[in-house]
Amino acid sequence: MKGQKVTVRKKLSEELEDLKSLMMEMSALATASVEKAVKSLARQDVNLANKVIKEDDKIDELELEIENKCMHLIALQQPMAKDLRVIGSCLKIITDLERIGDRAADIAQITKKLAGRPLIKPLVDIPRMAELAISMIKDSVKAFKEENSLLAWGLGERDDEVDKLAQQVNRELLSFVVEDPKKTSDAFLLMFVASFLERIADHATNIAERVIYMERGERVKIN
Amino acid sequence: MKIKVETKNLNVWYGENHSLKNFSIKIPEKKITAIIGPSGCGKSTFIKTLNRMVELTPGVKISGKVLVDGKDIYSPDVDVTEIRWKMGMVFQKPNPFPKSIFENVAYGPKVHRLVDREKLDHVVEVNLKKAALWEEVKDRLKMSAFELSGGQQQRLCIARALAVNPEVILMDEPCSALDPIATTKIEDLLFDLKKNYTIIIVTHNLQQAARVSDFTAFMYMGELIEYGKTDEIFERPRNKQTQDYIMGRFG
Repeated sequence: MKGQKVTVRKKLSEELEDLKSLMMEMSALATASVEKAVKSLARQDVNLANKVIKEDDKIDELELEIENKCMHLIALQQPMAKDLRVIGSCLKIITDLERIGDRAADIAQITKKLAGRPLIKPLVDIPRMAELAISMIKDSVKAFKEENSLLAWGLGERDDEVDKLAQQVNRELLSFVVEDPKKTSDAFLLMFVASFLERIADHATNIAERVIYMERGERVKIN
Repeated sequence: MKIKVETKNLNVWYGENHSLKNFSIKIPEKKITAIIGPSGCGKSTFIKTLNRMVELTPGVKISGKVLVDGKDIYSPDVDVTEIRWKMGMVFQKPNPFPKSIFENVAYGPKVHRLVDREKLDHVVEVNLKKAALWEEVKDRLKMSAFELSGGQQQRLCIARALAVNPEVILMDEPCSALDPIATTKIEDLLFDLKKNYTIIIVTHNLQQAARVSDFTAFMYMGELIEYGKTDEIFERPRNKQTQDYIMGRFG
């Protein structure tokens, strides 16, 4: 500003950078856990599934650490305007990331339940859903990192696509059940997987909506 | 929402120094409006135009309008004294008169003959109660005002301003000389007072502006940069200069 000395609030700026790094760490873990969970299912890899379940604890720990940091920043730095929106958004985003981690662990549990016998059908739509959901998490996190609300807006369409695929998977699996009731249990487990992936895409959409709020101060629904 | 105070293209010059530039604002009745901005931006000048105290500065030149209830307070038929009753002022540093607590509050009503002498006791009590000071001083009204703590002195000054039945209370950094407890008491008091009075408060303390006010105006170099609801100004200011200032990124 003209005639005024520019200050940066060094301490607050540094702390916000630290907060962002922690957010990146947590989102990387959450993204990886979904990738691994889906891989464990496709390959029926119980070891990998166990790893996903174990790594969920680390995500939970990071959630607490970030929450503490946010509370500390609010109490000690009294952030305003965009700084405040960034911190408020982080507090919301970590809940979505933590739940993404939980759903990945849920998928890993299903891998374990389905282990040791062939899948009732080759996975076609579920990997497609997983691919979309993972791309959504990655883009929502990228939008957060780059403060890019335009990128965040782009998630809405993919979320609709994931919802449609989930319905398709459910219809298909139900037809398997009708044909052969012995497949009911496995069919339901795969339906759960579809519903978990659908939830994961919703969480990514929530993150994207938070990024838009953080950037523009507007609360929007993008799907 | 009724507008209590409105300025239209208000300009103030101190000699060559153009301190207030085409300042137009509408301040709602019975709300708290905070004026924020860096030092020298014209906050105090603005507030002093509202009770014509600005005219006390030698060499000052004023143009534009200040309307209170729609009437221009600078029009020739207006009685300045009456304006200053109507627009009570509380300053940065508590400035009680070198008199007793009682006399400080009774002074205005007495000299302006607003009430009968026998009713003064009642007036003093009522206004000390309004200023949330009565319970602390009711047994020592004859004591010198200077024996009170800073926070109590400030509430005494508020009681003194209230005693002449103002409609608007102008406050220029009323808590900057007070500790956090005294500040909290004044802030609580503001919430009570806004039921009956329109309050305009100049403050450097952004957290205070955020806590107490309904509306916030950000001023910079004599201009009104942004004005709106307090939650909007502090959560999502529209103007880059406002944002930089309230985020503490300049100043």
